[in-house]
This record gives sequence, structure tokens and C-alpha cells, in this order.
Amino acid sequence: MKRSTIDLWVGLFVAIGIAAMTFLSLKVANLTPQSGSETYMLTADFDNIGGLKVKAPVKSSGVVVGRVTKIELDTKRYVARATLTLDKQYQFSRDTSAEILTAGLLGEQYIGLVQGGDPDNLASGDRISLTSSALVLEQLIGKFMTSFAEKGTQDAPAKTE
Amino acid sequence: MNALLAPIRRLGALSINAIWRLGFISRFFVAILLNSGQSLLRFRLTIREVYFAGVLSLIIIIVSGLFVGMVLGLQGYNTLARFGSADALGALVALSLLRELGPVLAALLFASRSGSAMTAEIGLMKATEQLEAMSVMAVNPIARVVAPRFWAGVISMPILAALFNVMGIFGGYLVGVEMIGLDAGTFWSQMQNNVDLHYDVVNGLIKSLFFGMAVTLIAVFEGYDATPTAAGVSSATTRTVVTSALVILALDFVLTAFMF
Repeated sequence: MKRSTIDLWVGLFVAIGIAAMTFLSLKVANLTPQSGSETYMLTADFDNIGGLKVKAPVKSSGVVVGRVTKIELDTKRYVARATLTLDKQYQFSRDTSAEILTAGLLGEQYIGLVQGGDPDNLASGDRISLTSSALVLEQLIGKFMTSFAEKGTQDAPAKTE
Repeated sequence: MNALLAPIRRLGALSINAIWRLGFISRFFVAILLNSGQSLLRFRLTIREVYFAGVLSLIIIIVSGLFVGMVLGLQGYNTLARFGSADALGALVALSLLRELGPVLAALLFASRSGSAMTAEIGLMKATEQLEAMSVMAVNPIARVVAPRFWAGVISMPILAALFNVMGIFGGYLVGVEMIGLDAGTFWSQMQNNVDLHYDVVNGLIKSLFFGMAVTLIAVFEGYDATPTAAGVSSATTRTVVTSALVILALDFVLTAFMF
């Protein structure tokens, strides 16, 4: 078997193809290997997580410090438990609070962390105890409607009297 | 009476002929699979065909991918900007390319660039009785001529589709970021947040694999089945392009319904 120029071209073709697929999976689909940076895990319990999804960003002061890696229902207390994987270079104090926020009015939801004042830091596996749930738009509208209706019934007899 | 019956008779003849060809193409597909041993053992045959079908299609795939991506970027920006969400341009470009446009357009281009060439080549081999001559020399023409071309198409198609996607995303980047002036970081991060590796990238490549099989099967079959005259080869080439285009689009609908 002799080598010929066709082999070179086909080899180049296949190499370009592999490079294209690698680009698609790494740069476009963001399959970055997790081993690149050191991480640690925290958990946080929420009464209602709203539309929070796995892989949603965890931000502190707007800076992405990690991602939500697991969401499950704690069947003892019936609260949603979110597992956060944070970058090791970002350490938070023990009284850090977590809240579920929405990017824009109808944007995707993410977890915002607010640093506390405790000198001790949270270690891997710890639970963030200060949490506030997601703002569910339907509930908000519902509350608004009921308060509006109550106001209406209070006003109505006043007018007739 | 005869004038009335003639169209009905013609319709019947056409349908029977279509079913006849459908049966033949299925049998032909099995024959290719059974005779693929040689094209894998003597891999040089396949490599030669990958060169003609895949490498020589690179230019058309790269240029069309770039322009399709640029048009997507421009049109997508105009529409998204109206809703104040021009930031989602990266996701729009990447998702529409990966899921639909990349595999489908690459397959359509491949059918008209390489599929027609395969049909013409095999049809002309048949017209000049080269296939007959091979059989006389105890060389199986399906194993020697048809199977390598088929596998070359199956190998080339996903590579070409992936390249089309990359060029399209690059075209969208050129228009969105370099020309219009969106933020490069937003463009890429929106894309990365919304594109899933398995759901979008792998499914798109599976699609293109199916398209590659369908297009090359039709191309080699039309060549093998061509009437061995100049006019026969020409009409077989036309049929390849038309049938491939229809099959690609119909198959795309079926695969999309299955996958997404």
C-alpha cells in the first residue's frame, strides 16, 4: 500500500470534522470539564423554587460563582432542596442568605447569595439556613386580586351607608 | 372511451412502477449492506470516494454555511431587537443551525453536489457496460463500485453538517458581534446556556447520519437503475436530486417528531 495525496486530503477532511464537532460540544454546548477548577457543595432549602432549573447560575453581587447541580424534594419536611456547586475561590460566611431571583421580568431564575457577617465560612456540605423563596407571579397576582377584592367589599358598604 | 381511460391507466402504471422501484431499492440496500465487507477491508476504495464526495464538497459547504449564518444573524437581530431581546441572538443562531438548518441544508447541498455526481458516474458506467464487464470478470459491481460510495456518503455527511454548523455560527458571530456590535460575551454565554450537548448537538449529528444514508442510497440506486443511454443517465441524475430533496425534508419531519 502506497500513501497518496488523496489520503492526505481525506485525513485533513476528517480532522476538520473532528475539530468542528469538538468546537460544537465544547464552545457551543459548553461541556466544560468540571475538574478544571476546584468546587465545593452547599445545600439550601426553599419553600418554593418557582421555575428554578438544574444548571441555573448562582450569583453573588451579580457575579456567577457556581451552578445549581441538583434539585430534589425533601420528603420529611416537604421543602425543595437545591444543591449548589460553588467555585472554591469564593467562600461565604455561615450566615449567608440565599434567595431565588429572576433575571428581568420574565427571564430565567437564578440563586442570589448575600454575604453575612459571621467570621466563620461555610464548609462543603453545609446548609444555607437563611433562604427566601421564588416570587411566583401567579401567586403575586392572586394576592393582589384578593386584596383588591377585600378593599372593594370594605368600600362598598361604606358607600351605601 | 379509450381517451377517458388513458389517464387512469397512466396513473396506475406510475403507481405500480413506484412500488416496483421501492421494492428494488430496499433489496438494493440489503445487497449493499451484505457486500460492504470489501469496502471496509479494502478501505482505500472508500477513502477515494470520501475524497470525491466529501473533500470536494468542502468549498460549497463552507461558503453556504457562512452565508446562512450571516443571514440568520441579520434577520434574527432585526426581529429580536423589536422585542428588546437581541441578547438571545447567539442562542437563536446556534439552535436553528444545530437542530434544523445545518443537517438539512448540508444534506441538500450534498445531494446536489455529490449525489448527482455519483448517479452520473454509475449510470455512465452502466451505459458503457463497465458494470457488465466487472461481472464477467467475477468482480461484484455492488461490492466494488456501489458499497464504497455508499459508505463514503455516510461518513462524509455528519462531518459536512458539523462544519456547516460551525461556519454558520461563525457567520452569525460576524454579523451579530463584529458588524452590529452586540457583546461577544453575551452572544457566547446565551448560546452556551441554551444549547444542550445531547439534545441539540448529538441529535443534529444523528439526523445528518440518516440524511447521508438516504441521499447516497438514492444516488447509487438511481445510477444503478438508470436506463443505459445518454438521456437515461440525464433523467436519473435529475431524479436523484429531486427525490433526495423530498426524502430529506420528509425524513427531517419524522426525525424531528421523534427527537424533539
